[in-house]
Amino acid sequence: MIKRLRVDPIACAAHGLCADLLPDHIDLDEWGYPILADGRTGRPLGRDDQRDARAAVEACPTLALRIEATPR
Amino acid sequence: MANGCEGEPASCKDAALLDCAPHLVLDGIELVARTLGAESAILAIHDGPDGPGPRLRTLAAQRQGPVPVRVRGVPARYVASEETALVNFLSGGPATPTTSPPRPTDRGVGGAPTLVDNIETLAHIALIARNGAPWFRELGTPDLPGTLLVSIDGAVHTPGVVEVAAGTTVRAAIELCGGPSGHVQAVLSGGYGGAWLPATAIETPLTHTAMRAAGAALGVPTLLPLPSGACGLAHTARLVRFLADQSAGQCGPCLFGLPAVAADLAAIAAGSRDARHAHDRLRHRLDLVTGRGACALPDGAARLTRTALDVFSADLRDHLTGRPCLAAGAPMIFPLEFR
Repeated sequence: MIKRLRVDPIACAAHGLCADLLPDHIDLDEWGYPILADGRTGRPLGRDDQRDARAAVEACPTLALRIEATPR
Repeated sequence: MANGCEGEPASCKDAALLDCAPHLVLDGIELVARTLGAESAILAIHDGPDGPGPRLRTLAAQRQGPVPVRVRGVPARYVASEETALVNFLSGGPATPTTSPPRPTDRGVGGAPTLVDNIETLAHIALIARNGAPWFRELGTPDLPGTLLVSIDGAVHTPGVVEVAAGTTVRAAIELCGGPSGHVQAVLSGGYGGAWLPATAIETPLTHTAMRAAGAALGVPTLLPLPSGACGLAHTARLVRFLADQSAGQCGPCLFGLPAVAADLAAIAAGSRDARHAHDRLRHRLDLVTGRGACALPDGAARLTRTALDVFSADLRDHLTGRPCLAAGAPMIFPLEFR
């Protein structure tokens, strides 16, 4: 299974904590909303990234950031 | 759930179908309900003081189908007819899209798995059940058999809905509405979140594959010819402003991005001193709004804009050098009211 970040666009309220915690995976657009590396699906999370990713998921004030496991 | 509420101002085929052949739609709903073993069936429509609701409720009540068909009015708004928005509204929430997954087929109205089909599809199913698949395939193309209901407005003599065999060319469909009322420079296809098709592509067949290959989309089949005198960029600016106003305001890239895209387009359409900067910003912003909403509204607005910059590229050069089209300030010729 490959793990990727996913943003719930309705829940996201542009707090921007995720981009601070995961600068290699998340950029912010001009309105402060997260842009995932490699577009909507996000780049696969490496083993080393997963702890930081989990921390970012827990830090999101609106629970808009998730880690999704996909077969590919 | 039968989706009979077209959230697309340029489309009036669902209203026409419910007006002309309501029992065909009800036949299709009952067939699918019986086949799925559905516990309930809903026909979602746009209702209002002069709407089709009372008539459809009377017709539905006269039937002896496997399940009663409940007719429900849904707000006339662009995003309200998106399937997650319909499910949300009919489950007691607002008529706005929700995050998916879960898809309605997994968790839909009231939590039950829900199949959402357009009423034209259901009418086709009723006809196939009566006459058989070979009969249905007599018209259309191998990859898109049967017929299409196409809404045609803009620069044509008699705007309206026509039923054509799939694969009919854009030109032939427009001819069925009395032909163009002037020289046509481009045709807007697939609704306001669709794509501009240059006049050179007017022989494109109405199928998903052919329209995609021509850089457009069949989408909700609508054809809106734009006459030579009109400004395609100004029309696009107004349409994107309309789409921005239709946003449910739930997703940031749509809530902030579409008004920004509309403003950039308006600056270009007006040939303002800021037009060049607006154009640079616009190209960047189109990438920012694409694929980042819960529904396809921002993607549609971006597609419309990209194809406008492409199809009206000669006009664009003039607009960017302070020489906008003479008709840039003229009124919009496409409808913005919901049917």
